[in-house]
Formats: sequence, structure tokens, C-alpha cells
Amino acid sequence: MAITRDDVRHTAALARLALSPEEESAFLLELNKILGYVEKIRELDLAGIEPMTHGHAGTGSLRDDAALDGLSQEEALRGAPETDEGHFVVPQVVRPEE
Amino acid sequence: MGAPHESAARGYEPVIGLEVHCQLLTRSKIFCSCSTAFGAPPNSQVCPVCLGHPGVLPVLNRRAVELAVVLGLALGSKIREVSVFARKNYFYPDLPKGYQISQYDLPLCDGGSLQIGTGDARRTIGITRLHLEEDAGKMKHAEDGSGRSLVDLNRCGVPLIEIVTEPDLRTPEEAHDFLERLKQLVQYIGVCDGNMEGGSLRCDANVSVRPRGSEALGTKTEIKNLNSFRNVQRALEHEIRRQIAVLESAGRVEGATLLWDATRDRLQVMRTKEEAHDYRYFPEPDLLPLVLAEEWIAAIRGMVPELPEARRARFVREYALPEYDAGVLTATRELAGFYEAAARRSGDAKLASNWVMTELLGAVKGDTERLRNLPLTPERLGDLLALITSGAISGKIAKAVFEEMAVSGGEPGAIIEACGLSQIVDPDAIRALIAEVLAANAPQVVDYLAGHERVLPHFIGQVMKASRGRANPELTNRLLREALEARRE
Amino acid sequence: MNLCGMSAHALRDGIAARRFSAEDVVRAFLDRIAAHDGRVHAFLEVHDTEAIAEARRLDEEIARGSEPGPLAGIPIAVKDNICVRGRGTSCASRILSGYAPPYDATVIEKLRAAGAVVLGKTNMDEFAMGSSTENSGFGATRNPWSLEHVPGGSSGGSAAAVALGLAPVALGSDTGGSVRQPGAFCGVAAMKPTYGTVSRRGLIAFASSLDQIGPLGRDVQDCLNLYNVLCGPDPRDATSAPGGHEVPEGALLQGVRGLRVGVPWDWLGEGLHADVEAALGRSVEALRQAGALVGEVSLLDPSYAIAAYYIIATAEASANLARYDGVRYGASARGAEDPAGLYTGTRSEGFGAEVRRRIVLGTYVLSAGYYDAYYLRAQKARRLIRDDFERAFAMADVLLLPTAPTPAFRIGEKTGDPLAMYLSDIFTVPLNLYAGCGINVPAGLSADELPIGMQLLAPRFGEAALFRAAQCLESRLGTLGLAPEPAET
Repeated sequence: MAITRDDVRHTAALARLALSPEEESAFLLELNKILGYVEKIRELDLAGIEPMTHGHAGTGSLRDDAALDGLSQEEALRGAPETDEGHFVVPQVVRPEE
Repeated sequence: MGAPHESAARGYEPVIGLEVHCQLLTRSKIFCSCSTAFGAPPNSQVCPVCLGHPGVLPVLNRRAVELAVVLGLALGSKIREVSVFARKNYFYPDLPKGYQISQYDLPLCDGGSLQIGTGDARRTIGITRLHLEEDAGKMKHAEDGSGRSLVDLNRCGVPLIEIVTEPDLRTPEEAHDFLERLKQLVQYIGVCDGNMEGGSLRCDANVSVRPRGSEALGTKTEIKNLNSFRNVQRALEHEIRRQIAVLESAGRVEGATLLWDATRDRLQVMRTKEEAHDYRYFPEPDLLPLVLAEEWIAAIRGMVPELPEARRARFVREYALPEYDAGVLTATRELAGFYEAAARRSGDAKLASNWVMTELLGAVKGDTERLRNLPLTPERLGDLLALITSGAISGKIAKAVFEEMAVSGGEPGAIIEACGLSQIVDPDAIRALIAEVLAANAPQVVDYLAGHERVLPHFIGQVMKASRGRANPELTNRLLREALEARRE
Repeated sequence: MNLCGMSAHALRDGIAARRFSAEDVVRAFLDRIAAHDGRVHAFLEVHDTEAIAEARRLDEEIARGSEPGPLAGIPIAVKDNICVRGRGTSCASRILSGYAPPYDATVIEKLRAAGAVVLGKTNMDEFAMGSSTENSGFGATRNPWSLEHVPGGSSGGSAAAVALGLAPVALGSDTGGSVRQPGAFCGVAAMKPTYGTVSRRGLIAFASSLDQIGPLGRDVQDCLNLYNVLCGPDPRDATSAPGGHEVPEGALLQGVRGLRVGVPWDWLGEGLHADVEAALGRSVEALRQAGALVGEVSLLDPSYAIAAYYIIATAEASANLARYDGVRYGASARGAEDPAGLYTGTRSEGFGAEVRRRIVLGTYVLSAGYYDAYYLRAQKARRLIRDDFERAFAMADVLLLPTAPTPAFRIGEKTGDPLAMYLSDIFTVPLNLYAGCGINVPAGLSADELPIGMQLLAPRFGEAALFRAAQCLESRLGTLGLAPEPAET
């Protein structure tokens, strides 16, 4: 299952990464080599095996529903590249997404 | 169901499914301890976790799970013993981590249903699934025309339950009715405040149309941004009309995500099927599977109150109330609870029903939320009604006492005492009042004696007036007739 | 007295006995960093002012007679992917340059409570993605034993710092061998605890289901003491394992008589460096002489683990690294026209080539149409590998094998071949998939005077047996002592 240049471009865009044409070529080669290697897992007989989805088989711990103080607005915005009236700032969103 | 929808006349049947997001009534967010309180200054109810700082980890709020299970049980869903959280990956400025923690192939609850319509038009709408997820932040355009958007992450991480229905709805009116019923239910069981305009209940709709009688489903479109029940109905009406028009002109409906623009009353295409997101769901490695042991589900089952449908039926059965009364009284949990306590105390369920539906609802102007702040307790209303039943006071006096109780919350006996409102049942006292009235109304007495019995109510009114309403009506009636008959001699 | 050449437990004893002060110790290490770090570049940031202030505070406490903590006055170097409140924490990535976390990682809280003094942050492969510390966004770290060689990675800065005596102990993180392999290349004891025993809260995630913080020290006892401070359940990490997992110090004295040691000889064929093979032979002999029962175990070919690992780790990383979007903190490509432009600009400039390569790979294996072929299959393979380890650990208490097939490779040797770099982790990666514990123990020098490391692996929560075997190996093979002070080049 070889990865194509279009796949690389599309996948990079999905991950919000821009690749130069040279990088695209390099990634194409390297990723194909890596994917070629990982194809090995096809050799394993995985019929009837449940996927291991987590680091260990325990069950999740829960917390009680208590509201505690977090960060102040000032602390929350400290380090933000741009703020305005207590908000983080991004270029204008043309349309709502979700 | 209302009048047949216009599409029916044209031979098409709409098929509608809804996805409803309910904000759960927890104190803190789903994966961190920030407050969920509404209306705080922007980015003041946040912490490293909900801001998506590096190195943070989510920890699930137990209460959010319980409220979601309460809703699942109320909808008759199957609660999954093991459910798994998943990351839904997409980039958006209101989503700090670049993924939303949600549930995917193993949701908290499967199946279930909700009844809509009444009487013969009752229908069961299937629920596909319920799952827990986190809310995103809020965005707004900067008003300075600088072409920037401002991001507030206070809402980010507020717990949501997403309810997905089967494509069982057939008209926009049904969709509206479903949402009304769902809103009533979530409020009733206390899992959500049900405020759609405030954003605690949000809805997306999937809709397709097909020739009436056809079993196959048409191509559906998804409508987002429906922030009121009215908008759901309007948007569906628009989209159904549009799809029928496409089919009528031998065209093909294209799968797409549409956005309802309420201010312009129109739909716009948000993305076509080709642009559909690739969310790359995968199990959230930071949260181990959620296991709901049987004992825990049993304990949560104890938290589910009697549901409106069941309560309505029980009111009819147990209190011999008309269907109408039972329907009104079970509209909200507050009202039903008030009624039931008052009825039990008074010993007269029908009398209590009349009083609750007219006087009590009048006192709160139909808004049962206000019952919580009303000084009057159901027990004291019951006491008041018992005084009517025992004949201690008249209905009219009771209304005056009620008005005082609604304001002060006082005990009815004390109010009656203090205001001298207790009923006069002493025959001599009433005879004295009658004598005064007859003396002052000699011409009418002559009329009566001449056979004109229609003046009798006039005398009763005068006696009541003289007693300031306190004379016992039955006794007054009897003694008045006696006094008048005595004059014939 | 050469304080910088002493183990942490010797320093702690000296401070407690007031032979020297915590401030003496901290200043000695700060001086040595100032003198020698320029050539190896182990540190990204040195917290000299805070470290001295903290040491003074501890000295005052000790003078007042209060019981010093188990690490009182011990300076510690911290890998730059572990959050230290208010100080630069960048994961050696330009995308986080200038970022100062608003909170301490749980392990930092524990270290402070135990009296340890944070010396500074150490260099690493960007976001822990690498095996040589060449992928740092701020310049590579060099191996103190030979400046032409890599120190291993991704915790190369921590390993180099301990090897050169710039810190007595350090924290690293191990996702696929990132503590053990640099431990081997730099000749220090370096341990990866069982997944879930040490809180990951505040460890900037690379691959959440594999990451684990681990201690590096000049000897096994330092690793044990540090491990005992770090381990324990954390209610703020939902994947942390319940129960206490401390190993009593006495375990080190128990010896290995009767302990079953399995060697996976199948793994150790082609590609194994002759000096490494010889060191393995010496280690087998040492354990045997100490009374251990050394035998062969068979394990699934480790290339399957590499395959599964590079799917699972990159998939998780693709989501974990989505939060670096230039909105809330860190580098930001301002001036974009829309949010997508902001993200793409920020991420393309901020991430180095290896990080971008892994994000693309991880995104690809999760994307529509490939999930089943890659991600799901890798998770099934992971369970197979786990079951394989469980089976092996039914027959052996610990496993013994080299930490890496070769001693440290040359700088630049593998940078042009990502796959060759990935394969240098072939002996360490399987353990992370299984989620058990392991430790690197120095096993002498190669003919080229480069350290060789042997690895012991134990089942989940098998730390006691792990430390016992490691102590035995260390006492028989000897520690390497400090790396020779690098000559001017």
C-alpha cells in the first residue's frame, strides 16, 4: 500500500502542515520506506485478537463534581501571542464549523 | 399532529433525524475542576486542562456520568457496561487541543425512545445512542472591523450529552414536538436546564425526502446552528421544500452540511460531501475505558424520578383526575410535586387540582420555576383546602386567604384569625344580619311575598356583604327562607 | 572533596550529617555546568538563582532540625518535556520557545516535597521524537565519552548531564526507550517504570499510552531512591495505577539467588556489535555466578514491535501535537488571513522535520480508509506482543538483553535515514508496548571507549525483581564513574 504524493499533500494539509516541494519529495520517499517496513504487521495472524487500546487494562478513575478555582484571566492569557478584552485572538473565522 | 404538511400533498415524505446536545447540570467541567457557571468574564473559568496546555490530562467528572445515565435510563436506553472515550480530531480556534474528547463506537448508551404527540397521534421516536463529550469554547467577531475573531474558552469542557435519534420524524412539527418533549424530560429529571436560547440545548438536524410509500431513504443533508425550536422548524421547512423542488425538477439532492442563518431566514452551504471532515477518531489513551458496574447503575436508577408520562397516568388512576388536569399538573416536576403534596394534605384531590391549576398557576403567572421561590408551601395550601372541605371557610374567603398566603407564606388558620375571616355559623348571628337586610329592603320583601323568588339571591348577596363574606352560605340560604316565610303570616 | 563525582545517596547522607551543605552541593554542580556544559550542550536552561535559593532554604530547615526529605539538597536535571512552573519548558521545540507552564508536573511537586533541587532543563529530541538528541530545535547534545558521538535519545541531555557529573540524577521520559537507550550510550543507570506507576501529569505528551517518566542516576540505588519518590497514584492522571509501588531499599541487598533470568537469544543475531555481545556474555556469567538461573526465552520478533510502535506512537502524537496552533501560547505565525493559515504557518515553522514527518505518518494511519489497515492492526499486534511478554514472564522473573545493538553511533550517522534511526530502538520499544518496567545498567566500555548498556526487563509492577537483578549486575560489573572531562576540540 504505497503512499502517493497526493496522499502526502492531503495528509499534511489535514495536519495543518505545509511542505515545500523538496520536503514533499523527501517525505514521500521516507514515508514509503517506513510504511513498507510497518507492513510487516500484516504477517501476524491477528484474527480474533482484541485491539489493545490503552496503556494498561485498568478502568478509569473519576473525580468528584467540585468546582475549584483555576487560572485568573490574566494568567490564562499570559503568554498568548495576541489578546483583546480578555480574549485570545485569531484571524477572522468566516463561518462557524461545529 | 397538526394539519398534514404541505409536502404530503405533493406526494413526498420527509425523513428527519435529530442530534441534540444537552449541557449537563454539573458544578464543574467534564474533565477538569473549572466552574460551569454561566456569564463570567471571558477566559476566567479556565485552567491548564481546558486551555489545552502541554502536559495536562483529563479526569472524568463522576456526576456527568451519573446525569448522562439518568437520561439514558429515562429514555429506556441500554447502559453500556464498558464505554470508551475517543478523540475527534479537527482544528478550530474554539477547540484548544485540536481534538474533542467524545465517544465514538462504544457510546455510554444505546437505543431508547421518546413519545411524541397525544391521543391517537402518539408516536414513538427511536433513540439511536447517547454519548458524553466536552463542549467547545465560544467565538465572536471583533467589532472594530479588524478582521479578527475573539476566543473565550470558559465554555470549553462543559459536559454535554449528545442524543442521536433514529430517522423516525416525518414533519418539522414532529421535530419541534420531539424537542419540546425532550426539553420537558431533561428538565424534569434535572439533567439539563433545557434553555435552548441560552445554548444549553442545541440541535442539528438530518433530513431527506422520498416519494410517499417508498421505503428507500433519499440523500440527506445536515443542518447545523439551530439555536431555537422555531429555527429547527423553519430550517426544516425550508430544506424540505428545497429538496422536493430539486426532485420535482428531476435533479439530485447532494449530500451537504448546511448552516441555518436565522437572521436572513435561509440556509447556506457550509461544506459539500467532498469537503466532509476526516475526524480520525481513535480511542482516547488518556482515559481508560469507563466501566459502569451493575451496582453503580442500580444506584443511579434510584436517582431517576417518576417520569412525566408515568406520573400523568398515575394521577388519573390514583386521584381520579381528568386527563386534562393530569396533563397540566405533570408539565413540570416542580408543579407535579407541589400538587401531589397539597392534594395529600387536603384530602380532596380534585379540589386541589382546581386550586393548583387556577390559583397557584395564576400566582406564579404560569412559570413553575417560580414555585421554588414562592413562600407558600404545598402543605399550607393543603391545610387551606381542608378548611374549605370542612366548611370552616367559604371558597371566596379561601381565595382571600390564599392571596395572603402566597405573599407571606403564613399558616391559613392564623391568617383567618388575624383578619377575622372565619365563617359565621352561629344561626342567631346570621338571623340578626338577615333582620337588618330585610328591614332595609322592604320593597323586595313585598316582591318576594308576591311570589317573585328571583329576588332571593339579592338578599343573600346583601347578607354576605353585611358579613363581609363570612356568613356560611348554606345556613344563610336556609335561615333567609325561614325569615321570609315567617313574614307571610 | 569532589561533590560532583558522588552519587545522590552519598550526597544526601553528607548533607544530613552536615559534612557539607545543600548550597555547597548545588553550587558545585552549577560551577561544573558552567565549566563543561558548553561542549556537550546537555542543558537548555539552568535555574541557578532558584536552585541556590532553594538549597539555602533547605539548609536553614536542616539547621532548625527538621527531618530532611529523602532527596534533601539533591540537585536534579529535568528533561525539557516535564513542566516546571514559570520556567521555560519547550520540549526542545521552537514551537514552544518562550512557553512557561502555569503549573508544576506531579513529579516536580513530588521532587520538591522530597527536598530535591531542580537545576535546570535538559536537551532532548524535539517532543521526544528521536534516538540521538540530534532532533533538538536548539542544537544537538554530544556524548560526554566522545564528542563525535550521539548521547542517545530522546533523553540525551539528561543522560549526558549525569554521565559528566553536571547533575547527580536526572529525569527522563521513555516512550520507546528514550531513558534506557541514552542511559546505555552515556553509561548511566536509567530506568523506565511500569506504565501507570509514575504520574504523567505535566509530562508533555508524545504518545500517551506509551510515555513514562523515569529516573537516571549514577548507580542503581539512585534510580531506586528516585523511583520511590516519583511513583504512586495520582488522582489527576486517570491512567495512573492504583496502589503503592515503592520498592524497599532492602530489595537491593536480597541478591538474585534463584531468580529466573531469561535471555531472548532469538533477538540477538545479526547486527549485534561484537563488544555488546561480549558484554552480554559477561552479564550472563555475572548473574549466574550470583546464583540466578539463567535460561533462554523466546519472544516474538521485535521488528513487529517496531512496526506497531511507529503506527501507534505517531497516531497518538498526531493528536497530542494538534494543540500547538499559535493561539494560546508558544510561537505564532501572526498575519495569516484565516485560522487555517495561522495554524499552518505556526506549525510548519515551529516543528522540525522529524516531528512533521511523524505527524504526517500518524495522521495518515488514522485517516479514513487506512485506520483498519494500520492503526487497528497495530493495536491488535500490541495485544499480541503484550500476551507474548506475559507468557515469557511466566517462565522468567526478569529478562536480560542489551539495551541497544551497538554502542553510541556517530553524530550525523543516521540523520539521513529515519528508518535506520527507528531500528536503533529495536531492543527497547517492545517493553513500552507491553507497558512493563526496565532498566539500563552500564556494562563496561567498548574497544572504542564507549559505554555499553545491558537491559533488564520485568513484568508490570515487577520493579522489586528488576532492582534486585540490576543491583547484582552493577555490583559485579562495576559502575563506569564520570565520563572523562571532554578535551578541548
